[in-house]
Amino acid sequence: MSQRATVNVVIRNKLGLHARPAMAFVDLAMSHASAVTVRRGSQEVDGKSIMQMMMLAATKGTELTLIAEGPDAEKACAALKELVDNGFNDE
Amino acid sequence: MKLSQIVAEGAILAPLASRERDQVITELIDALVACGAATAKNRDELLARVMEREKRGSTGFGKGVAVPHVKHKSVKGMRAAVGLAPAGIDFNALDRQPVFSVFLLLSPEDRPEEHLQAMEVIFKNLSKDTFRRFLRQAANAADVRTLLEEADNQILAG
Repeated sequence: MSQRATVNVVIRNKLGLHARPAMAFVDLAMSHASAVTVRRGSQEVDGKSIMQMMMLAATKGTELTLIAEGPDAEKACAALKELVDNGFNDE
Repeated sequence: MKLSQIVAEGAILAPLASRERDQVITELIDALVACGAATAKNRDELLARVMEREKRGSTGFGKGVAVPHVKHKSVKGMRAAVGLAPAGIDFNALDRQPVFSVFLLLSPEDRPEEHLQAMEVIFKNLSKDTFRRFLRQAANAADVRTLLEEADNQILAG
């Protein structure tokens, strides 16, 4: 059964959503069946596309909304939120 | 931030001499040194750092483009070199496809916001089919320079 889940997150790591964290996000999003959309203000990008994720230019402190739609939407949102909350394990 | 301002004068290699990833990165770093965007003293370290970054995960992000990059204390502002390889480069890209266009970006160490803005402007254009197609068709550095300016002026359609 298809679900829809949304969660708000704040970028916490000092360097922001640069290439490696963006890649970690995309990898984790891809491991879920649900479609993942990331919203920053009025801008929306595909959370499974590294190129689109880099277009967010999300610095530390940026608020993003994660939207997952699909059979594992709740699980996808929870896992992605945890990654962002942990600062992408970025040094 | 404008793409045509990030790409250093004299740092457009169209075409690149090499088809091998490490050689391509070397050519682009050397072009940035030659045009004064990086210093000769730091050339080897920049090169080593870009290579090390590639080993941690390819910056061949798919669709025939790669964006190798490094942050370094000697770099004063966002400076990029562009290289074109019409025959394709094996960049160990995420989609396993050859890379035809490389944007190599140098950023200062302590300005993460500007680094993210530079990446945004690069990817905003590289994600457009039109931009990638025109870039692949560019015959020389002057063609690439014109394309960068058109992209900045938003003349190109998505």
